Amino acid sequence: MSQSIVIGISDYKLAKGPEVLVTYALGSCVGVCLYDKVSKVGGLSHIMLPDSTNFSNREINRKKFADTAIIDLVDEMKRAGCGNNRIVAKIAGGAQMFEVQPGSKLGAIGERNIICVKQVLNQLRIPILAEDTGLNFGRTQYFDLATGIMKIQSLNRRIEEF
Amino acid sequence: MFENYDELNEIQIDMLREIGNIGAGNAATALATILDEKVDMSVPSVRITGFDEAVESLGGAESLTVAVLVNFSGDAHGMIMFLLNVEDAKSIMDILVGEDDGEEELSEMKISGIKEIGNILASSYVNAISALTGLTIEVSVPYVAIDMVGALMSVPIIEFGAIGDKLMFIEENFEGETNDLKSNMIMFAEINTLKIIMQKLGLEI
Repeated sequence: MSQSIVIGISDYKLAKGPEVLVTYALGSCVGVCLYDKVSKVGGLSHIMLPDSTNFSNREINRKKFADTAIIDLVDEMKRAGCGNNRIVAKIAGGAQMFEVQPGSKLGAIGERNIICVKQVLNQLRIPILAEDTGLNFGRTQYFDLATGIMKIQSLNRRIEEF
Repeated sequence: MFENYDELNEIQIDMLREIGNIGAGNAATALATILDEKVDMSVPSVRITGFDEAVESLGGAESLTVAVLVNFSGDAHGMIMFLLNVEDAKSIMDILVGEDDGEEELSEMKISGIKEIGNILASSYVNAISALTGLTIEVSVPYVAIDMVGALMSVPIIEFGAIGDKLMFIEENFEGETNDLKSNMIMFAEINTLKIIMQKLGLEI
């Protein structure tokens, strides 16, 4: 297998099978895998925050927010030849890393990230085929563009395929 | 006037280094008391880095780490994390308890011991800054987690990385003089808090 393509925090990349995309140690961030099985073009977006509109008076990094990153990645995938209705999603992450008191905004961010990612995918009519989200542990996410399989590695669990 | 961490100038960074020195100096004294041995502290470094570089500098995204997190609020807003690897966490607790339990994993008891140490160190740090600046700062209860450092760091990255693409933290390394135990303390603060602290210390910003 060739070297995986690494996606950093608040970044996304797209590639084509047989490449493998990876993003390491998702905590409260959410990793969104998008895939078109016909062209085998896929992308992985490491999303940090839900909503860019709170920061609309500033110059923002569109790859950081769910509402901008997913839209941009889908556009790039379509330009790379993905069919309009063929893109599907698998998502992981959005954990609550520290057990904080209920109601703390610190605890809720992972969950808010997941909710916002799902809303954006829903608006774009992209079905979510699998998810491994929430709970309280970090995840490394591999996305195999030859097969569309998402693999999740975490500390206290064996590798799981989705 | 700075709005992003990467706009801090040399004089301001020097001042942050000094704040780290005072805060972590106090924390190191507390750690030395707990361990009953001399603890060496590195010169504080003020890191202004991208998110991935921050994680890389702490051992790489997937490195297994014990983290105690304490939030502070009131006149100043930020977060302190006490980080160490699992082996050193076990050793510290062995020293405290006076025996090696022979367990591979960190027991619940040891985890809660580490949490309390992190709590004491973070409080010492914040108390020193509070005394220095006259600001009223409250600390949260401590939270502990053991996971990949990248996943743990997602918490401060999300909290302090919303604006801009750089993170600022003040970092000190502690090392026990006889038993080589290493740990790491990092402090994050909101941009406005940095301004308030600097103004309190008489820096024109």
